[in-house]
Amino acid sequence: MKASQDLSVFVRNPSAGLSAMDLVVESVHCGACIVAIEKGLASEPAVRGARVNLASRRVTVEWDEGKLAPEAIVARLEALGYPAYPFAAPLADSMALAEERRLLRCLGVAAFAAMNVMLLSVALWSGAASEDKSATRDLFHWFSALVALPAVAYSGRPFFESALRALRQFTANMDVPISLGILLSLALSVVQAIRHEADSYFESGVMLLAFLLAGRYLEYRMRRRTRDVATNLAAMKGEKAVRLSDEGEAVETPIAAIAPGDLVLVRAGERVAVDGVVEDGRSQVDQSLVTGETLPIEATVGTMIYAGSMNLSGALRVRVAKAATGTLLDEVNVLLDKAIEQRSSYVKLADRAARLYAPVVHLTALATFLGWMALGLAWETALVIAITVLIITCPCALGLAVPAVQVVAAGQLFRRGVMLNNGDALERLAEVDTIVFDKTGTLTLPQPSLANLDEIAPEDLKLAGALALASKHPLARAVAEAAKARDPLPAHEFPGQGVTLFHAGKRIKLGSPAFCDALGEAAAAAARWPDASLIAFRGPERVAVFAVRQALRPDAGRVVAGLRRAGLRMEILSGDRPAAVEAVARELGLAEFAAALKPADKIARLKALREAGHKVLMVGDGLNDAPALAAAHVSMSPITAAHLAQAQADAVFLGERLAPVAEAVTLSRRARALMVQNLWLSAIYNVIAVPIAIFGFASPLIAAAAMSGSSIVVTLNALRARSHKGFAP
Amino acid sequence: MNVLVYLVPVALALGGLGLAAFLWAMRSGQFDDLEGAAWRAIADDDLPDEAAVKPSGER
Repeated sequence: MKASQDLSVFVRNPSAGLSAMDLVVESVHCGACIVAIEKGLASEPAVRGARVNLASRRVTVEWDEGKLAPEAIVARLEALGYPAYPFAAPLADSMALAEERRLLRCLGVAAFAAMNVMLLSVALWSGAASEDKSATRDLFHWFSALVALPAVAYSGRPFFESALRALRQFTANMDVPISLGILLSLALSVVQAIRHEADSYFESGVMLLAFLLAGRYLEYRMRRRTRDVATNLAAMKGEKAVRLSDEGEAVETPIAAIAPGDLVLVRAGERVAVDGVVEDGRSQVDQSLVTGETLPIEATVGTMIYAGSMNLSGALRVRVAKAATGTLLDEVNVLLDKAIEQRSSYVKLADRAARLYAPVVHLTALATFLGWMALGLAWETALVIAITVLIITCPCALGLAVPAVQVVAAGQLFRRGVMLNNGDALERLAEVDTIVFDKTGTLTLPQPSLANLDEIAPEDLKLAGALALASKHPLARAVAEAAKARDPLPAHEFPGQGVTLFHAGKRIKLGSPAFCDALGEAAAAAARWPDASLIAFRGPERVAVFAVRQALRPDAGRVVAGLRRAGLRMEILSGDRPAAVEAVARELGLAEFAAALKPADKIARLKALREAGHKVLMVGDGLNDAPALAAAHVSMSPITAAHLAQAQADAVFLGERLAPVAEAVTLSRRARALMVQNLWLSAIYNVIAVPIAIFGFASPLIAAAAMSGSSIVVTLNALRARSHKGFAP
Repeated sequence: MNVLVYLVPVALALGGLGLAAFLWAMRSGQFDDLEGAAWRAIADDDLPDEAAVKPSGER
């Protein structure tokens, strides 16, 4: 059946009479592609404009409303040689983008102010008003105030807002001492200007702000790059479902546009894209990516099936579920809510440092004030000295110490195929001492392959492969793939049973063991490959049984061995049958494993581990893993994971290899070491700078030099995360 | 030194001009695709290609 397409859900209306759509075009990689696409689309009369974004591999197309179907644009790009996948950016993405823009605006304003105030300050330091020409000096101070005050009021907001939020909850984060330092430096400077004093600290406050905003902006940009890739990958997966209208018309529709209550057609060999109840038809369904169970289940009228499962044999009509109670999905959601609620509130490294740091600094300032008073200084002078202590200890380097490392390390991980969903995931990954793996789709590849390839005679394999091309059944596809078959034979398919053909005067068959009269051979094979699905082949001479199973990721053995050498405990928690789990555990040399677990069992095990004092990294992909991913100290998912699982994971990894998991652990350990180093570096800076301020020798020049110096030192130290050699198993 | 009364505001105004240019460039999306911008600068056939970014009615 050929289904028509409906992409209208992706079309936006930026202004009246104008339609627009965003598409992912992953094959754009140079200037020639930009020209080809923009020119090619513009030659369409109704198209008003097309703009390629090379960095994010996307195209935005605008056209006169109603003059062009969105499908025609996809077809046009395809004809130009660029397969395109429409997408609608999630709301969270556009909110984060707005925040990023705001930070960039703030950074622009702060940098402008810092440069111009510094211009005036350098003039003063170099003697423009050295002979007590207080009129000139005051003029310069007031010009500085004119620039600095509005600039800080505008561009300091990201810090002030965050500090206020923390104070309202009676906690302290890094932004509290930062905000205090900046505001005090300005307030003191204004007072000094009024009193015609020589020293003002306008430049320090503004410069500090510019440095910190730069760090924060880079952090946001790093996160956006990760999000962009994730959105692109999701768009390219292009999850669609065939919706049946009331008149029985089949329309291929993106899942974003499918509503609960819709009727959806799932053909044999297709992945189910929605959660729903079977309304018509019967088939076998492979739910391994959902529950971990590798044996297919029978689906008939009334069976609940889940997005991510594979329909093996017959066509099914599925009614999309609303809020189904008593189903796996329901159970997972309840557990998930509970797990998120109970998630221990992790205190970030930077905030922990801030909680130690803020009281010490504030007490030092107070002691300085009281000390000078006791020594008989006028209270105004004592107060000025105490405030300079606060200004000079304003944690500029401390504020950069952690984010700078995060940005560099996240960039390194990104290049190795790991995308971080969470800023503090690196810190938590570094603390891990136990790794819990799900089996199906995590340790094993999501696509099945032949387990007993070397036992099959080459001529049988060749013939079976050619025969297999006639079927869309996933097992047949695995056989065709293994045989590298290209030329299909004109075989006849018995749905749900197999394919058959007269070949050189004999009937050859490929299909279920019963279909090929190979039950005896199949029983023998089942004993040897307990976790495999079997497909039989009756050739011209003999019978062969193919054991198809989800093979281990190619580097799983080496990665597990490497992680063990790195001192990590590992175990497998799977929803699959004990025999299948045991086979994998033995192959990897893992002593600890548990099988046939329900989502609640996985959580219970994680809880036991946590109570034993372990910090657990959970790696899983199925719908049934989602609560465990949320409950673990930190979690990772392969990119092929179920939506719900991916949304809970702190990091997502790409590709067929398991190595990214090990890379993430080793690199995050190095990153954490660098973060701690950076925190110490900024502490050492304070040990040197604070006494100078306490004894009243601090001048604006010393403050500016010391603060920018320490910021540069921690940033350079963070860059050392780039020299990480990576994980070598 | 009275000249400072003019010179400093002029310096600040020039800086402000730079800031305004930056904000304008940001708002018009010039920092959205830094990689693409590098290629567009050396695209040699961009003259007849104006149609790609202008309304089709102008052709």
